[in-house]
Amino acid sequence: MKTFGNPTRVTLAALALAALTGPALAQQGLDEPFQKPFKEALAGKTVAYVPVAMNFDLTEGWYAGLKKELEPFGVKFVIRDANWNTNAGAQAVTSLISEKPAVMVVHNPDVQTYAKLLQRAESEGIYVIQINMGSAYRSSAFVGANWVEIGERQTEGVVKACEGKSNKIAIIQGALSAAASAYTLKGVENVLAKHPEIKVVSSQAADWDAAKAKAITQTVLKQNPDLCGIVGFWDGMDIGTAAAVKEAGLTGKVFLATSGGGERKGACELVKSGAFDLNMSYDVPTQAAQMAGTIKWLLSSGAKPGSIKGSEYTTLIPITKENADSQTACWNLSDLKK
Amino acid sequence: MKRFRFNQQEIVFAVFALLFLVFSIFLNGFLTAENMLTLLQNVAVLGILGLAMAIVVIGRGIDISLIAALAVPPGLVLQMVQNGHSLPFSLLTAVLLTIAFGLVNGWLIAYAEVPSLFATLATGLLLAGLGQAALFQLDVVQWSPGMNGFERLGQGTVLGIPTSIWMFAIACIVVAFLLRQTRWGAYIYAIGDNPYAARVTGIPSRPIIVLQYVITALIGCFAGLVLAASVNSMPTRIFNSTLIYDVILVVVLGGIGLSGGRGGVLNVIIGTLLIGTMLNGMTIMDISYAGQNLIKGVVLLLAVITDSFLNPRNEETAQQGDI
Repeated sequence: MKTFGNPTRVTLAALALAALTGPALAQQGLDEPFQKPFKEALAGKTVAYVPVAMNFDLTEGWYAGLKKELEPFGVKFVIRDANWNTNAGAQAVTSLISEKPAVMVVHNPDVQTYAKLLQRAESEGIYVIQINMGSAYRSSAFVGANWVEIGERQTEGVVKACEGKSNKIAIIQGALSAAASAYTLKGVENVLAKHPEIKVVSSQAADWDAAKAKAITQTVLKQNPDLCGIVGFWDGMDIGTAAAVKEAGLTGKVFLATSGGGERKGACELVKSGAFDLNMSYDVPTQAAQMAGTIKWLLSSGAKPGSIKGSEYTTLIPITKENADSQTACWNLSDLKK
Repeated sequence: MKRFRFNQQEIVFAVFALLFLVFSIFLNGFLTAENMLTLLQNVAVLGILGLAMAIVVIGRGIDISLIAALAVPPGLVLQMVQNGHSLPFSLLTAVLLTIAFGLVNGWLIAYAEVPSLFATLATGLLLAGLGQAALFQLDVVQWSPGMNGFERLGQGTVLGIPTSIWMFAIACIVVAFLLRQTRWGAYIYAIGDNPYAARVTGIPSRPIIVLQYVITALIGCFAGLVLAASVNSMPTRIFNSTLIYDVILVVVLGGIGLSGGRGGVLNVIIGTLLIGTMLNGMTIMDISYAGQNLIKGVVLLLAVITDSFLNPRNEETAQQGDI
């Protein structure tokens, strides 16, 4: 067995050495070898953002979050607003392919329209990050909500609220072709398959339109005043659903579950007022941070666009009366823009 | 031998009556007082817009910018109140904006002689764009505490009848009075029937046309306030929806020909009732979105085809007001 001498003596020697060399090292500093190539990979690169439309909490939140995270590194951040027009969006993506930004951040209006274009973009050397609503093509990254899970958790909430009641529920879908609507419906079906006692009295699309959602809900509630729950597909649209429930004097009796980006006015305030009983939030600022992180990582990795593919599903925050008052459950768009 | 002829108004009324009968017999819960009120309530805003459109169509014009007038000034009211202005001041600003907008429309059509279809197509985009770019923070302008009380315009009931139905009724009475009891109304019919003859007989055609677009925009703004009060927010991107087609459909289906000079408030009511009955019945039956569109299309086509069979076009009618 070998020994290294008296431990006390060795320690003392080491301390003496440290005392001599330590200050010298601190004065020189230690160069971190990775930050320079990181900065070089980002500076001067263009990131293009194609939302289905600006001017609503989700897309404004993502925009503000990305801008805040990317611009300090010298990234040029450009936007092409499709303004609810699928054709305009497809044209924007097409022209971006020829402009060759380093990264495209794309919010799909449906699962098909952009799929081929996004594939072409990656083959031309552009990283494509799809956000919240994906397409049929799997690109470098998907950052967004898991709609199937949202549908499941909303429906579980409604089923639980219906226990001992009429078991009649209604579903207010969004726009049929959108990924968000189609996948959420799948989640709803998954849960309903386990609960044969639940009867769906109405399942209709309101096209993300609050006025249409209100009209449908009014009619359904007149037919089924004993309805115990409604699964809504987006809080922006379900303002109308909630207005119909309130008008029928059934607030608190009909459990209304919905989902959204968690902006304070659209989510927490409405849960507090009793308009929504459950709002599954996918927390837009966190999503924006994840998008920015993915962009930084992709650009600095040097990986060939299209060679790697991954997903980042958002951790959902269920907003109910219990946490609607807290500072962290929701976010303010005005703060994010500062 | 005199042939018995239906006009479109009667045909549409017959289709409405038939649908109503079938739904009443076969649909549980259709023919209840409550459901009838819901039916009317759901189409009240569409009906008010139909009245606005009827005024310009009778005057041989069309107003594609109507949905912009519905969305932007009421959206501005909500936004201004949210930003801390008082409700009366916000309403006044919105009304002034609406009047200015109607004046621009009217001037373009009456004085610059731009065809109404193109003029209002452009001004509608302009107003909606202005709203999005400069006036609103978000597409959906939320209700704020300063608006409290104002939601009664679109929510709640008076004497058991939802307020939005009252608003439609009031709008019907006002428009019927304007069209039938005032000289201004008579002039609109004259201009719609034959603009050249109207001018020759000394009717001040151009100012009347301007007034016509101002009133239409104001009614559009009123419909927007009812809508906003009803859903507790103003979804301003409604401008991008197909609502304007529904409005034109209500007007044309009800029997107000695009050739101008014909029809009135009753036609709008009938057109609105048909659309309302169809939507309500299909929602009760839980027919899918695609299925609903298909059925809507078939019923509307049937009404129009029947009309063209019963009232074949001849040289005299064919040249009227083709847009």
